Formats: sequence, C-alpha cells, structure tokens
Amino acid sequence: MQIAVASGKGGTGKTTVAVNLALALAEKGPLQFLDCDVEEPNAHLFLHPSLGEEERVNMPVPVVDEAKCTACGHCAQVCAFNAIAVLAGHVLTFPELCHGCGGCTLLCPEDALREEPKEIGTIQRGHSGNISFVHGKIKIGSALAPPIVEAVREQARKEGIVIIDASPGTSCPVVAAVKDVDYCLLVTEPTPFGLHDLNLAVQMLGKLKLAAGVILNRAGEGDEMIEEYCREKGLPLHLKIPFDRRYAALYARGSALVEEYPHWREAFRDLMREIEGRVGK
Amino acid sequence: MKVAVSAQGRDLEAMVDSRFGRCSYFIIVDLETEKFEAVANRPGPGGAGVAAAQLMAQREVEAVITGNLGPKAGQGLAVAGITVYRSQGGTVKENLEALRAGELEELGNPTVGSRFGYHR
Repeated sequence: MQIAVASGKGGTGKTTVAVNLALALAEKGPLQFLDCDVEEPNAHLFLHPSLGEEERVNMPVPVVDEAKCTACGHCAQVCAFNAIAVLAGHVLTFPELCHGCGGCTLLCPEDALREEPKEIGTIQRGHSGNISFVHGKIKIGSALAPPIVEAVREQARKEGIVIIDASPGTSCPVVAAVKDVDYCLLVTEPTPFGLHDLNLAVQMLGKLKLAAGVILNRAGEGDEMIEEYCREKGLPLHLKIPFDRRYAALYARGSALVEEYPHWREAFRDLMREIEGRVGK
Repeated sequence: MKVAVSAQGRDLEAMVDSRFGRCSYFIIVDLETEKFEAVANRPGPGGAGVAAAQLMAQREVEAVITGNLGPKAGQGLAVAGITVYRSQGGTVKENLEALRAGELEELGNPTVGSRFGYHR
C-alpha cells in the first residue's frame, strides 16, 4: 500500500508525519520510505539511513546532425517549450528548456536528430533498520523535478507499505509524487495560510480522484477552522499534533516524536489502522 | 530595411517595451515604404526569447530595437544575423528616427539574464 504525505503549504510538517509514521510502523515490520521532495530532500536527517552511491537520472535531449539537417522546421513547430529553434537555416537547441518528450526526434524527416542523455538529478538508495530508503535530488540549475520524482517512485516495491514524502505545493512535482497512491495524508496547520493551501491541495487530490485525510500539526489555537473545513468536505481529521515547545526542540535536534514519546508510537499506529480501514486493505 | 520594435501598443505612437521576448507587441516597419504591422506577442511559459527570435527570422526582419535582451534570444538573433539596437525609451516613432539618425547603440551582448522578462 502506498501512502503519500503532502500539504499544499510548505513547512506544515510533512516530513515530521512521514518520518514518525515510518518509524512507528518499522518496529512491526519492514517498509519502504521514498523521499520525493527532490528539491529539498531532508527525511534522511531524521531516518539516518546508510546511503549508497548516487545514481544518475537522465533526460533525453536532442542533438542535431548539421550535415543531414535541411532546416525544415518540423522540430521547432512541435516543441511546446521552445527548446529547439530554426532561424535562417540554422537549428539551435536549448537543453535547459527541453522536457525530454522526444517529439522533435520522432518527427524529423531527415533523421538529423538523435537523443543524448542529460543529467538532471540523482537518486540514492539506503537502509535504516527495517526501513528501505530512497531519495531523489534535483541537480542545481535544472528546472524539471517530475522525472526525478518518477525515478524515485520506480523504486517502489509492489508489496508492503510504501510511505512517500511529497514536496509542498500543488503543481507537477507534487502530482508526480502522489499520483496513483492508495491514500494521501494532507498535513496542515491552524492558520489562514494552512487552511487556504489545504483547500488547494484538496482540490488537486479531487482532480486526481485520490482518497485523503487530514493531519493538523501545531494544533491548539484556531483548530476550529480546520475542523469545520474537514466536516464541510467530509474529510477525516485523523490526528492532531499539539503546538508544543518540546516537540519543536526534538525537531531541531533531528529526532522523531515516536523515539521520545511512546504514546506517539501508538498514535501513529492507530493512524495506520484508520488508513487501512479507509483503503480497505 | 525591415525593422521590428518591441512595443507596449499597436502603433507608431506606442511606447517601446523594454522586454524583448515578453513584450506586448512587435511593430514591424519597412523603413523604405514606412508601412508597418503590429504583431501581438503571446509568449508561453518558457522560451519566450527563443520564440521571439524565431518570429523575427520568419518575418525576415533585419534589425530589432528593444530595451533588454536575454541570452537565448541573443543567441537566436545572432544566428539569424539580425542586428539588435538598444532603445533608450520613448515611442516607436522616436526610436525609428533615432535609428535613421544613427543615434542608437548596437547591442552586442545580452543585457539581462535568463527569465528576466517574467512578471514585468
């Protein structure tokens, strides 16, 4: 079963929830953790996995054979991102704009284009006790996160529990991280910003037709607006993590709630049971 | 000579748009006949400079007057052999007169970085 943790708003506690859920369940058996927040992967700071070699994630970009090219312009016409241009009989390519669709190469009537791999990021695999760990990292200067998210998700096992930590927001990298999961946890906070972005995330999940539930982090003041929203939308509010200085201190040290407080271990296992109940697995 | 001016409006009285790839209109003028045409520029999310350079080449423009030029647009225009002149502001008409009088400076290198024209 694949469970994604997403949020809309950044900094609400996605990684906190994902890591604590993983650690609470790992005591009962093996599971897999995929850190798909490829622009700022940081779950490893809490899970401390032994990491293997970085493996390159490549994207195919076009290279022109000038001897064969007739500057017909088919390639430039099909490119939605202006990554290939035909100007006064010359073909120019801009690999940093290319999304790797391969359309130009496919359409070239002169067979003057071939594809070359361009590194856009890396993935790294590792272990931390019962947790099999994978994370992806986008290369600095590269703009295209989804292929790296997809490369991390390709490592997902078919069996057992897979926990996916997504990036904040509601755009392509998040969609790539949550697409086709069995359940999505949305972490929010009791602020107008938390509510606003939660609503965006709920709309995104609605388009993707994914089952979802909410976790309220830094709870205490203003909880009612999130509770009311959840009631309105028929979303289960699974768990509240109180706004507590001790928890902030733990986080700052890179420790997890479940490692320090046994009752949180139970709370996250209950969360898993609720998810299983909703997914029917 | 065919000259394109990046502009904020659709006629010769329009102010020059300092952006190249993300300008509102290109006023394409034939300097001999003084006839002009306004071409609306509709840049997509990325590669606006490349697309605009390509448009200039397709329209067989020989010179461009604009405020700033990014690296990819600069590369495209250079390959197409199109000369770029830097506008100091003012209307399209004023800039064409300045070009005729030889008062416009030629833009050799890109003046701004990638994605400069976004949100402006």
